[in-house]
Amino acid sequence: MGITLFYLSLIVLIPLAGLFFKSASISWEQFHAAVTDARVMASYKLTFGASLLGASINATFGLVVAWVLIRYPFPGKNLVDALVDLPFAMPTAVSGIALTAIYAPNGWIGRWLDSLLGIKVAYTPLGIVVALTFIGLPFVVRTLQPAMEDMDAEIEEAAASLGATRAQTFRRVIFPTILPALLTGFALAFARALGEYGSVVFIAGNMPMKTEITPLLIITKLEQFNYAEAAAIAVVTLGASFAVLLFINLVQWWSRRYAA
Amino acid sequence: MPGTVTKKRKTNRHARAAEAITEPRWVRRLLIGATLGFLGLFLVAPLLSVFVQAFSGGWDLYVQSLCDADTLSAIRLTLLVAVIVVPINTVFGVIAAWAIAKFQFVGKSLLITLIDLPYSVSPVIAGMIFVLLFGLQGWLGPWLEANNFHVIFATSGIVLATLFITFPFVARELIPLMQAQGTEEEEAARVLGASGLQTFWRVTLPNVKWGLLYGVILCNARTMGEFGAVSVVSGHIRGETNTMPLHVEVLYNEYNMTAAFAVASLMALLALVTLVFKSALQWKTAEQIVPEEQGYTGD
Repeated sequence: MGITLFYLSLIVLIPLAGLFFKSASISWEQFHAAVTDARVMASYKLTFGASLLGASINATFGLVVAWVLIRYPFPGKNLVDALVDLPFAMPTAVSGIALTAIYAPNGWIGRWLDSLLGIKVAYTPLGIVVALTFIGLPFVVRTLQPAMEDMDAEIEEAAASLGATRAQTFRRVIFPTILPALLTGFALAFARALGEYGSVVFIAGNMPMKTEITPLLIITKLEQFNYAEAAAIAVVTLGASFAVLLFINLVQWWSRRYAA
Repeated sequence: MPGTVTKKRKTNRHARAAEAITEPRWVRRLLIGATLGFLGLFLVAPLLSVFVQAFSGGWDLYVQSLCDADTLSAIRLTLLVAVIVVPINTVFGVIAAWAIAKFQFVGKSLLITLIDLPYSVSPVIAGMIFVLLFGLQGWLGPWLEANNFHVIFATSGIVLATLFITFPFVARELIPLMQAQGTEEEEAARVLGASGLQTFWRVTLPNVKWGLLYGVILCNARTMGEFGAVSVVSGHIRGETNTMPLHVEVLYNEYNMTAAFAVASLMALLALVTLVFKSALQWKTAEQIVPEEQGYTGD
């Protein structure tokens, strides 16, 4: 245990402490000015909004995917199941350029969207949402799968025998049971999306005030050797991540309280 | 015959029960279609496009892009980092998981939170904290500079940042596994006279070998593919401090699409190998737990 603590302190704690000390090195007003600057606020709104949207899309479709994978046999199911982990295993830079290539105005899908619907995906906030949906995909599905597997068929049979239609059973029996897992998966995808850099910078276009995400802004400040401001923004981002983590823990605590 | 009649009735009852808890066929078809469409759009299309773009100039151009000097040095650097980071994190991950799963001590949940910490921090921030610590303007910067140690904008910085990011993978994989296995076998070994080390080598480790292997594979995949943290720490010096993901970015920004996708295809291959390993491991461990389940579903 001593060894573990030593290693952890070396690799995790001390560097993190450095972050807080650096941001504490500037005065309160400077800190406040740094984190509420217009460009920074625009990046918060973009990152936060896009992550929320991406996580919501993942929550909806992830539920469908998990449901189908658990309940319906179909040819190639194992392949599809393994594929769900792809965003996890693939380097973020590779995902980034692949998504950009597809959704660019001359890309496979971007071409159709542009000519048929006039929707531009690459280099717009919509592209950011697409990238964030991609990387958050496994989180919802993988969190839901064990929860759905654990569900007893007897409860659904009981509902059916008491006269519930399938829709009613889903709404009033199944959904509340898997809700904690769904919320956890959503929060995990959201937290991951908040900090995501590699997959987004290629498709985003990175225009300040419009398509610049917070991690990119941090890097820009670092490249300008503006360490204190970068640290300040990072502290705010960390605060948001920890808030999400706290939310996840609360959800799990709440679900344990009401579980059988 | 009595046996046949009973069987038929049972089947009917089961069939009706099963029907009551399944959706109508058209709903099933719709949902399966939606799933395949969603996954096809978001997963398969990007994966395919990497390979299509990589080979769009033909096989010769593909090989040529990969044999370029800067690309080769990027590949070498990535492999070097992996060879250093993965064993270290494996060793410490096993130790951490062993301490958490098998022993009770004060501060255990704090330790678990600490282990999960790198997982929840943005990679860019992770890289940045190392720059703050070891960079020229950082805490240890002047001392390092005086002693001619180069950390940031050099390989050691990349190694350190990657160690931070990928540390949880092995530990997180092993902790639930070890916790589920409990301490009975270890206690039995001690009672039979095994020393602590013998217990560890011959009882604990073999029990978790598949989970350990998977954790190592995940750690490796993440190590080789890490982009954000390394991007901050490395300084992007071509031929010296560019790992493969960084080199992909460099090539892409130069509009050298075929080369960028050629290198990317190597990493996509690594990702696919990781997925194959995962499926194989799941299949293997399922083999081990199915016998228990059959006891329950046997009736």
